[in-house]
Amino acid sequence: MTESLGTTGLVLNEPLLWEKDTPGREGFSLPHGDVDSCPVEEALTSQSPDFPDLSEVDVVRHYTRLATWNFGVDTGMYPLGSCTMKYNPKINEKMAGLRGFAGAHPLLPQALSQGLLKLLFELECFLSEITGMDAVSLQPAAGAQGELTGMLLIHAYHKSRGRKPSKIIVPDTAHGTNPASAALCGYRPVPVQSNEQGILSSEAIAEVMDEDTAGIMVTNPNTLGLFEENVQEIAEIVHAKGGLVYGDGANMNAVMGIIDAGRIGLDVLHLNLHKTFSTPHGGGGPGSGPVCVRSHLEPFLPVPRVVKENGSYHLSEDFSRSIGKLHAFYGNVGVMIKAYSYILSMGAENLKKASQLAVLNANYVKERLKDRFHLPYDRPCMHECVFTDRSQMAHKVMTLDMAKRLMDYGFHPPTIYFPLVVNGAIMIEPTETESKQDLDLFIEALRRIADEAEHHPEFLGQAPSKCKVKRLDEVAAARKPCLAG
Amino acid sequence: MRYLPHTPKDIESMLEAVGVESVDALFSTVPDTCRRTRDPLLPEPLTEWELNGLMEGMSRAVGAPPEYKVYLGAGSYEHHIPHALSYLLSRSEFVTSYTPYQPEMSQGTLQAIYEYQTLSCRLLGMEVANASLYDGASALAEAMLMAVRITKARKVALSSLIHPHYRQVVRTYFQPTGFELIELPRLPNGRTDFSSLDDAGDLAAVAVQSPNFFGCVEDLAVGAQKAHEKQALFITAFTEPLAYGLIKNPGSLGADVACGEAQSLGIPQSFGGPGLGMFATQMKHVRNMPGRLVGQTTDLDGRRGFVLTLATREQHIRREKATSNICTNNSLCALAAAMYMASLGRTGIRELAQLNHDKAEYLKRGLVRGGFEIPFESPTFNEFVAAFPAGKDDIYQRLLKKKVVAGLPLAPYYPELTDHYLFCVTETKTRKDLDELIKEITS
Repeated sequence: MTESLGTTGLVLNEPLLWEKDTPGREGFSLPHGDVDSCPVEEALTSQSPDFPDLSEVDVVRHYTRLATWNFGVDTGMYPLGSCTMKYNPKINEKMAGLRGFAGAHPLLPQALSQGLLKLLFELECFLSEITGMDAVSLQPAAGAQGELTGMLLIHAYHKSRGRKPSKIIVPDTAHGTNPASAALCGYRPVPVQSNEQGILSSEAIAEVMDEDTAGIMVTNPNTLGLFEENVQEIAEIVHAKGGLVYGDGANMNAVMGIIDAGRIGLDVLHLNLHKTFSTPHGGGGPGSGPVCVRSHLEPFLPVPRVVKENGSYHLSEDFSRSIGKLHAFYGNVGVMIKAYSYILSMGAENLKKASQLAVLNANYVKERLKDRFHLPYDRPCMHECVFTDRSQMAHKVMTLDMAKRLMDYGFHPPTIYFPLVVNGAIMIEPTETESKQDLDLFIEALRRIADEAEHHPEFLGQAPSKCKVKRLDEVAAARKPCLAG
Repeated sequence: MRYLPHTPKDIESMLEAVGVESVDALFSTVPDTCRRTRDPLLPEPLTEWELNGLMEGMSRAVGAPPEYKVYLGAGSYEHHIPHALSYLLSRSEFVTSYTPYQPEMSQGTLQAIYEYQTLSCRLLGMEVANASLYDGASALAEAMLMAVRITKARKVALSSLIHPHYRQVVRTYFQPTGFELIELPRLPNGRTDFSSLDDAGDLAAVAVQSPNFFGCVEDLAVGAQKAHEKQALFITAFTEPLAYGLIKNPGSLGADVACGEAQSLGIPQSFGGPGLGMFATQMKHVRNMPGRLVGQTTDLDGRRGFVLTLATREQHIRREKATSNICTNNSLCALAAAMYMASLGRTGIRELAQLNHDKAEYLKRGLVRGGFEIPFESPTFNEFVAAFPAGKDDIYQRLLKKKVVAGLPLAPYYPELTDHYLFCVTETKTRKDLDELIKEITS
């Protein structure tokens, strides 16, 4: 093997912010007090909040040291399944930071916000074009809020037809957030198992679909990384009983420029701009979760909507059947600017190519590892592949141990123990921005780990050994929560 | 394309390893009837330099500071952001990582969020804060749902002086639930009228915003007492948390949940998002809280470290019985807020808050001298309502031509308040700016 990416170097310790507190230090350039001071009524005031006093240097060193304890896509391969950790183009950060965008107040008179309204309008058009759906709302702040919006749209649609279904079908290969989003609309999730091929069968859906069911939530490609081949037939079954089909588009990175969601029969589909459209994940957000709908759901979309009239753009609340607002303003515009920049940089051809390469990368990893790791569904995958720890269990080595050991080799671990439909799942999504050379290193590392599992299983239980900290006691953290200092 | 590293040779050898002839063959499981019949119609790809030119042009078509003097608040605030923050926030180890599911490789994010939770608690006077929600509006909606879970009552009361958009978002979240929502009227002094609570029946929550939408500081102690008499949770919302650098925090006045928008703490306005939903409560409610939590623990060698914890509340474990469906939140914005609070310190936040208050009072006095009426007498922080004198309707439009946005017209939100404008003044405005505005507006 070539030299491992993972190594150790000098990493500095850094205390908590308040352990560095030195009263009287300042880290902020305070503007001059050029007007008379005007005290607030005594009864209204109290002590200042107990923030540590630090200098600018203290703050800069603190966060610079913390940053070195983290691993990001810019550091190396981050094959977290279902999260689409692709490269985040740097130019897009600059675009979102342009003064006119970053400094825009959301309630500016609309004549002063034309540049942004045009951008939002065009982004909606682009997403509609890419998905094959008729209309888009950019308002949901992340994928789960997009799901909730989708559920609210379905709820409003049924209500407008005098129907009050109580259930919704959620397959075992759907995303983890789906049942919780459905529950917010009062829908009871009806679980359905995927078949021996890892996908939904039309028969299984026909068996549970009835008039008291609002519809189905389909993640496609599903969380096993497999395309739901029967999705069209399933949509027909659901529609025939008055239900609607919700598409979880978190895995859209596999199928841009390939599928037509409208043709498939999806009624509503959410996207994750922070997955498919390259905006950074920020250590857990901010994201953006637009919803795309077919025309029969358009009247229910959140307000305000961006409307173009006579060459200018305005925000309109004039949609009486709308489900209302999901966000204080228009959603995470800063994130949308980055996605817009990405789409403009890529164009249709490169977006399609991105999906093709994402799928090629996943299949390559699958083929090169399946002799060492148990592959529960040995068939062509989309953008991710799912292995298990079955072969290593004989040596008492579990998925968790192998994931931790990957860190020592310089890789972020894949998603583990998800999807739940597979025991000890190892869910690998390389994304299209990893080169063959990087994939080869990753594959080699995992093969080495498979060797280690056979010959030095006790060693893996101790991993990682090269990170800032060793394995952390999560049980103690939950048993006696210490959530603030 | 520079983001796609594969050469034709790479593709060829990978296809060979996979055992298929072409890239198209990888999609053999996608039925023809699911496929597009044509390629998406999108603009031709731009080079980096073309993109620069296009986007700069579009950004110039927005009326933003410093070219424009903007006296708008109402949920989004213009504050100076130290350059050190923007610099640190571009550290790619923070920006390009994800939710810290693997703590050994994410200690930077985890310690930073633990510190954010702590500083949020200190700011709001609460015991536990989560790792962030999307924005102030959804934070309030989540708080109301949490109160329903805890109390089992099916009705909530909201002050009509909570940001109108926040109330709309709460309605959207409540619409399919069947829970009832009532609004509390306002008093002539610009504060919430709690008297109607006596006849309101069983309530899960009483929610009020302070400073409220008119900028007035509410009497939270009275609200808390009224809410607790009804066995309801007292929920306080906010849009301008900088106020708590000067005025009493909600925790000290009896809030059970303090939640709102913390964009004000070092986050660019960005046309309203991403901002930061800050959410804090008491430890007794922690297991009913929405959102992610970071907790302190130790590693195998006994060293301090941090992990995501109490995940049994969350969607990926509890499924449909979760306390919220939230997954991705606004972590990087929480990091920005922590950096901002750390940069200010206890000394700086007091001075900055006082400066905001002083400048707003300066404008208020100037407008009064010019014949404007201040209709609500309650104390304010950095926002206040002023009524334009009769016959001065053209001032707003005239000032707009001079690149000044003179407040937010309130009539669209409160139809009875014609000619009433909500003004916001922060530390970004100089005395000269304010003098010019006063001169223009009162001439």
